[in-house]
Amino acid sequence: MAEIILDKVTKRYPDGALAVSEADIQIADGEFIILVGPSGCGKSTMLNMIAGLEDISSGELRIDGQRVNEKAPKDRDIAMVFQSYALYPHMSVRENMAFPLRLAKVDDATVKSKVDEAAKILDLTQHLERKPANLSGGQRQRVAMGRAIVRNPKAFLMDEPLSNLDAKLRVQMRTSVSKLQKQLATTTVYVTHDQTEAMTLGDRVVVLRGGLVQQVGSPQFLYDNPANLFVAGFIGSPAMNFLPGTLENGQLSTGLGTLALSDRVRTLAEEAKAPREVIAGVRPEHFEDAKLMDESAKAGGTTFTATVDVLESMGSDKFAYFTVEGETATSQELAELAADSGSTETGDSGAQLVTRLSAASTAVEGQPADVWFDADKVQLFDPSSGKNLTYAG
Amino acid sequence: MSQQTVESGPAATPAEPAPRKGKPALSEGKRAERRLGWLLCAPAAIVMLAVTGWPIIYSVWLSLQRYDLRFPDQREFVGLENYVAVLSDGYWWTAFGVTVLLTVVSVAIELVLGMLLALVMHRTLVGRGLVRTVSLIPYGIVTVVAAFSWFYAWNADTGYLADMFGAQAPLTEQIPSLLIIILAEVWKTTPFMALLLMAGLALVPDDLLKAASMDGATAWQRFTKVMLPVMKPAILVALLFRTLDAFRIFDNIFVLTKGANDTSSVSMITYNNLIKGLNLGIGSTMSVLIFIAVAIIAFIFVKLFGASAPGSDQEGRR
Repeated sequence: MAEIILDKVTKRYPDGALAVSEADIQIADGEFIILVGPSGCGKSTMLNMIAGLEDISSGELRIDGQRVNEKAPKDRDIAMVFQSYALYPHMSVRENMAFPLRLAKVDDATVKSKVDEAAKILDLTQHLERKPANLSGGQRQRVAMGRAIVRNPKAFLMDEPLSNLDAKLRVQMRTSVSKLQKQLATTTVYVTHDQTEAMTLGDRVVVLRGGLVQQVGSPQFLYDNPANLFVAGFIGSPAMNFLPGTLENGQLSTGLGTLALSDRVRTLAEEAKAPREVIAGVRPEHFEDAKLMDESAKAGGTTFTATVDVLESMGSDKFAYFTVEGETATSQELAELAADSGSTETGDSGAQLVTRLSAASTAVEGQPADVWFDADKVQLFDPSSGKNLTYAG
Repeated sequence: MSQQTVESGPAATPAEPAPRKGKPALSEGKRAERRLGWLLCAPAAIVMLAVTGWPIIYSVWLSLQRYDLRFPDQREFVGLENYVAVLSDGYWWTAFGVTVLLTVVSVAIELVLGMLLALVMHRTLVGRGLVRTVSLIPYGIVTVVAAFSWFYAWNADTGYLADMFGAQAPLTEQIPSLLIIILAEVWKTTPFMALLLMAGLALVPDDLLKAASMDGATAWQRFTKVMLPVMKPAILVALLFRTLDAFRIFDNIFVLTKGANDTSSVSMITYNNLIKGLNLGIGSTMSVLIFIAVAIIAFIFVKLFGASAPGSDQEGRR
């Protein structure tokens, strides 16, 4: 159990590349914190610095109030789970899990009871005498977790521990990791590039981009109040829709037409001294089929008509895709997100709009549909700095 | 890996009955493929048999005869008489003892030095290519040439090393001679050992070493408890190659002492009997004995591999 504090922690490689820049993060005792970001954002480097596997160039890392910059990994009392699991191939499952205890010169009886206990928690009891090569991916992952929990460390570090599992198993393991963490109440730092894992697992999420901390907060807060375009685009699936817009007299003109902003949004935008040209962001679930709504409910938003390109029915709701005429929203952050998600390679032209409609919607592919969206849920971003102009945090 | 590799190519068709015990039925395509495989291997197999199989059989045949080129008239089939003669002779056993001593000591030293060198080469970040090239120079020099430079270095008159260590004539005494032979062997073949071990080091994933340091292992513990066991197959291959080579040591001894003062290896006395003494019967007997010894060494090592492939439950079962 420990509190971990990163105080202006920076990692600069000898060739001058800056991997992590002045990260300030306070991780409370027992907290489950997620480091998330696209590849190359510095999340693994940050984890390795906490582990002691990489030197800290400047700044200070404190565990339980004690500076540990100069301490070797083995003296930090932290356990780590690797993406590759890093199981010792020549040892049985039992020996793998007992390894940290053996190194700590724990007596045989205690080793046995601790390994048995961990095996029971992780449902590995019948596999204890097998070698890692003969285990399935999920079992190996559990052995890696077991090796981490047996010695009851101050903190767990997990480096994309579920990335090598297939999709279905990943969802199951996600739940068990979450349960295990709650059960043990051990401070956990978890690295992932998957925003779904970030949203579902953590008490708090740290979004990183190019070595810079973008925003720290609870998953829901990040979803509702992204600090900038990058966080807005990264968190949420399907991603937020971005449209270039013009702001004039409290009216926002976009490819979907002109709408009057709600008082709340207008006030926030004024306070932030919003420029004339902005990028408007709307989450897919803030759209609705206009036919399903009564007139009074429609008052808070605006309705537009467009042809449905593709309609995906999920059973519980329907995703309708539209093409918005005119320019696409452009910013460095959006380009980076697009490159990370691979959507630059699909060759779509024009801005694509994703909307989530009720299952009762009668929209038909290839036919025009009336779609309403909530003016109060619109977020405005500064295209040059990427800052959220309607940030309420 | 959780994924199973699925064999491509035509599998048994569903119409066929389930394969019974024994060989599964092969489809036409599979049979043709197998035939092609044999055909493609045939030329190499025939050449191999011609250049290795025949000489082995021929020397076994010679070893069963009394056959001395100085007395060709007395050529006669004598069964195992030559073997009895060689194996009951102190001369053979002295050479055998010297050979085993040279092999064990030099391979042991090479293993330790080679491992150190491999670790240095593996870790070096700057000038990796240069370090590797430099350390390989001894291996690139012709053994006889290197042996002569050692010979002159330890020679009583001209030797700077003999001078430096205040030795009178080290190559005229048994123990100093053996030490110098070992030195020459180690100097020459350590780079080869290092190269093989470096390939083994590359097999140890970085994550494994990181995991071990997170688990609380010191550098030494990481080396002995993780690195060595994981690279054990590579170490055994390196040891096998070097042991087989070292057991057949010839050129260094030939140049340095010519086998004087009981420093002959088995290869050396075989040469003396076969080429110098022109005794084809006894010489062949000795070369067959060397062949058997080498085969036994190889057998022991290969059995060891079989029992030590890391990461399988089948250890020792097949």
